[in-house]
Amino acid sequence: MNNLVIMPILIPLITGLLMVAFRRKAVVQRFLSVVALGATGAVSLVLMVQIKDSGIQTLQLGGWEAPFGVSMVADMFSGMLLLTTSIVSLLCLVFAFYSIGKEREAHYFYPLYLFLITGVNGSFLTGDMFNLFVCFEVMLISSYVLISLGGTGIQLRESIKYVLINILSSFLFLVAIAYLYAATGTLNMAHLSERVAEAGQNGILTAIAILFLIVFSLKAGLFLFFWLPGSYSAPPTAIAAIFAALLTKVGIYSIIRIFTLIFYHEPHITHLIIGIMAAVTMLLGAIGAVAYWDIKKILTYNVIVGVGLIMAGLASNSTVGLTGSMYYLIHDIIIKALIFLIGGTVITLAGTSKLKYISGLIQTYPFLGWMFFIAALSLAGIPPLSGFIGKVFITEGTFEAGFLWLGAIGLITSLMVLYSVMKIFLNGFWGDSYLDEEKKGEVKGILFPLAILTLLTIGLGVGAEGIYSYAELAIESLMNPLLYIEAVFGRG
Amino acid sequence: MKEPNDVILRSVTKVAVLIILTFAINLFFSGHHNPGGGFIGGLAFASALTLLFLCYDIETVRENIPVDFKAVTAVGVLISVFTGIGGIIFDRPFLTQAFDYFQLPLFGKTELATAVLFDIGVAMAVIGTAITIISSISEDR
Amino acid sequence: METIMSILIGVLFAIGTYLVLTKSLLRIILGTSVISHGVNLLILIMGGVKTGGPPLLGLDALSFTDALPQALILTAIVISFATTALFLVLSYRAYKVLGTDDTEQMRGNENE
Repeated sequence: MNNLVIMPILIPLITGLLMVAFRRKAVVQRFLSVVALGATGAVSLVLMVQIKDSGIQTLQLGGWEAPFGVSMVADMFSGMLLLTTSIVSLLCLVFAFYSIGKEREAHYFYPLYLFLITGVNGSFLTGDMFNLFVCFEVMLISSYVLISLGGTGIQLRESIKYVLINILSSFLFLVAIAYLYAATGTLNMAHLSERVAEAGQNGILTAIAILFLIVFSLKAGLFLFFWLPGSYSAPPTAIAAIFAALLTKVGIYSIIRIFTLIFYHEPHITHLIIGIMAAVTMLLGAIGAVAYWDIKKILTYNVIVGVGLIMAGLASNSTVGLTGSMYYLIHDIIIKALIFLIGGTVITLAGTSKLKYISGLIQTYPFLGWMFFIAALSLAGIPPLSGFIGKVFITEGTFEAGFLWLGAIGLITSLMVLYSVMKIFLNGFWGDSYLDEEKKGEVKGILFPLAILTLLTIGLGVGAEGIYSYAELAIESLMNPLLYIEAVFGRG
Repeated sequence: MKEPNDVILRSVTKVAVLIILTFAINLFFSGHHNPGGGFIGGLAFASALTLLFLCYDIETVRENIPVDFKAVTAVGVLISVFTGIGGIIFDRPFLTQAFDYFQLPLFGKTELATAVLFDIGVAMAVIGTAITIISSISEDR
Repeated sequence: METIMSILIGVLFAIGTYLVLTKSLLRIILGTSVISHGVNLLILIMGGVKTGGPPLLGLDALSFTDALPQALILTAIVISFATTALFLVLSYRAYKVLGTDDTEQMRGNENE
């Protein structure tokens, strides 16, 4: 029992509720949300140290022992994601201070933002299928409001598609949970893992696994990503950045969790399907990114490529591949936030998202331009930046598993990604400046979170060795479900 | 605008609202061991308020019940969460509940449980959400 | 009992799917709520239909029905209630701003 496990959920939740209950000035709300996210980050750091020292931390809510109650489980994988989430959400929040506007601040932007983080953290920490559904809904309902906040025409149009597709996939989620409960008689993940291992993963269970895969693919944008480019380009920059950084990652986390913990017995069916979906996702995403001449569209299609690559690591079903997936997952959270924030800033400064009408921004905004350059290289996986290490491991893993085509597609799409972002750099930042000196916008405050994110992506690449001991622990608990089960049932 | 002729609705509402509210409180307290509880009690309470909204216009009801229902929701959830945090303070898992029997004047031997506090929060959250939804759908026309 | 209920769930899903595929926003919302009823029934059936008394203290029943599916349904109902309400408000706003509730006319890239 460790009550610290619930804190990353409670802190943002209580802070957000306090803001709704006592509507204070925007300044107070800003201060409170920074404090809340900072505290969440600190708690996740402490959790990580505890996990390293004494194994997986669990909490049985209300003292009801597993499998009867709801378990919260923090292993190293969730711990690392929690810490990354806190840092990135804090930086996106600071960016929002300068860009979100009074109107949205007055309409509960900060509480909604914190509820979103509550749902994300909850999904990372829960050890119960139905609780995962509830956390997903907390996150999704906040995202429904955030995406439509402000109520411009395009936002409303895109949010209707986004809400409908997510409502339907939530129903599928419930259907899958119902089947799973009928087949196994439990919803506790550790207990599920035990029972599926005992009974053997027969055809029915594999079918249920595929149903879960469809549900999470809809949320993660794996193959079923048709809703993603529209919805992620509608909301304002700070919101789009946090969506791109976190929402798809929660789906990815769930896929990795259930296919390493519960349904890992039939990899030649499930993992092969994941591999094919990943390959198609990467290809289609890369084609989209290359084809468009609109900054927002290019960036959203890059989100899709990232999802495919992470899933390719899982498909290899090997220690190396999963290590790569985990490095790339953390890198992707940071880099997607960074590149969306820079892209959004460019669109605000230039007043258009069409690349053909933008040029020479680097003359007026040198820092912005070079940060974009670094981000672009990191996105494509150029050493020594953070994208490199994950890509190497993933490619190695897929080759090891015999999925040569998958690794090859991963490498080809990396080149296409590099081309698509360099297209932005060459057209948008290079060339003759067309902005007048007096039209120059203010970017001082905005640069601060961007700089930190850039430093993070460099640091994560150079210091990859430093976090390896943590990554090793995370992969160990993923590859060996027994560790997770013993921790939950307190037998360890 | 011409006043609609709804004498029957208004007369019935005046009586019915009281009955519904009483029943809602009854439902609320029968929870925990019998069917009932915060959620259904809160919904019944909200349905009484909705009847008032239907019968009189929103402005009149707002004047007579000057409460921000969004804040009611938030305070309700806060109460529930803090009941859970009570467990943490006594070094038990989050959401641990406790109950005991007390000799109270008038009631005799009564069971008091922290789950009731949690349920009060749930009821407030349900009332707040239901009324917020109804008033935000019907607000502008 | 299970067979009849399965057929009913199938019918609910079919109606819901048909409604979701229509053009009018209001019908789509009705479709999602019909599907949600189908899902809730499914959870109830999957937990096993009545096998004993209701799980309440003070009832001297020999066996009790599994209470977990009912708890799951209650949660699912609350969540679908909230999302439906939000979806209704959202489509009403969209109808006001975009001037149409026909999804066919909401396509395209204007307003960008």
